[in-house]
Amino acid sequence: MSMTATAGRAHADPHHIGLVIEHPGPAPKRIVTAYGFWVFLLSDIVMFSCFFAAYAVLADQTAGGPKGSEIFEQRNVAIETVCLLLSSFTCGMASIAADVRNRLWFYLGMAVTCLLGLIFLVIEFREFADLVARGYGPSRSAFLTAFFSLVGCHGLHVSAGILWLLTMMAQVFAKGFRADVLRRMMCFALFWHALDIVWVGVFSVVYLLGSGV
Amino acid sequence: MSDQAHMRTEHDLAPGEEEQHSVGTRILGYVVGLVLALLLTATSFFIAGTDLVWQPSIPVALIVLAIAQMGVHLVFFLHITTGPDNTNNVLALAFGLLVVFLVVGGTVWIMAHLNANMPAMDQIMPMRR
Repeated sequence: MSMTATAGRAHADPHHIGLVIEHPGPAPKRIVTAYGFWVFLLSDIVMFSCFFAAYAVLADQTAGGPKGSEIFEQRNVAIETVCLLLSSFTCGMASIAADVRNRLWFYLGMAVTCLLGLIFLVIEFREFADLVARGYGPSRSAFLTAFFSLVGCHGLHVSAGILWLLTMMAQVFAKGFRADVLRRMMCFALFWHALDIVWVGVFSVVYLLGSGV
Repeated sequence: MSDQAHMRTEHDLAPGEEEQHSVGTRILGYVVGLVLALLLTATSFFIAGTDLVWQPSIPVALIVLAIAQMGVHLVFFLHITTGPDNTNNVLALAFGLLVVFLVVGGTVWIMAHLNANMPAMDQIMPMRR
């Protein structure tokens, strides 16, 4: 950076560190909203960490009931994982489409995301129903209580995410790509990606580590 | 569009927002993230069921792979990077991680010690009466 260039902006760079600090006033609403939602997501992850801690403590307390390795089916978990991962990708595609105001790709991306999320929920629900039918419900042992609350809590988040996803599609349909709708879409994308991060922890700690023990 | 043009003059990025705005590079970023995440997932599932490696190393490998995959998700999907315009987002993340490690690490540590130092339940029960 040449001297003349810095001299012209000396008032903005009082210490001549070559970094012009402008004072643009308060951050735009887009940044404030997304940052606030990011803080919420982190607190949500802290809440999940409590469930993970409870599961880690109680994983061996089977009270004569089944161990993790006896009830987990890795094939189902692999399908669930791929579904959520692909849905995270299509959600990213939908948010790019929303940024460039392309309705067709937005609806397509969101619909595929919704479908993959529903497949995930159906597999998880069938796993739960199967366990309960075999008498391995959440009240069987401390291990199963911790398992059902951790995985079920993630499943509830995915269900809420799908409701939110359908709301976003309806809002784009009714109101178009308005600034406030785009802010909500941004928060939804953050939420969906964060759920995938939590699922990485779930399948690694609960299913893969659990089936090795 | 005017919102985004305005954005570029600011020195902050919202979480989930990217620095460049070309659609092609953005899609490419997601594709790279997806491929990396799929590779790490496949490795995790392979490692969990294999007997090719020393067995006690498997839990450690699974945890390392999980943390690596969370990093991939953070960078390629949530666009949390170490750039100067991302400082606020990274600081919030760092504080969140601190609490997560305190909660999980502290719980496991304390409960493991309690478990080791406490007599078994069938020995406690006669003591109570």
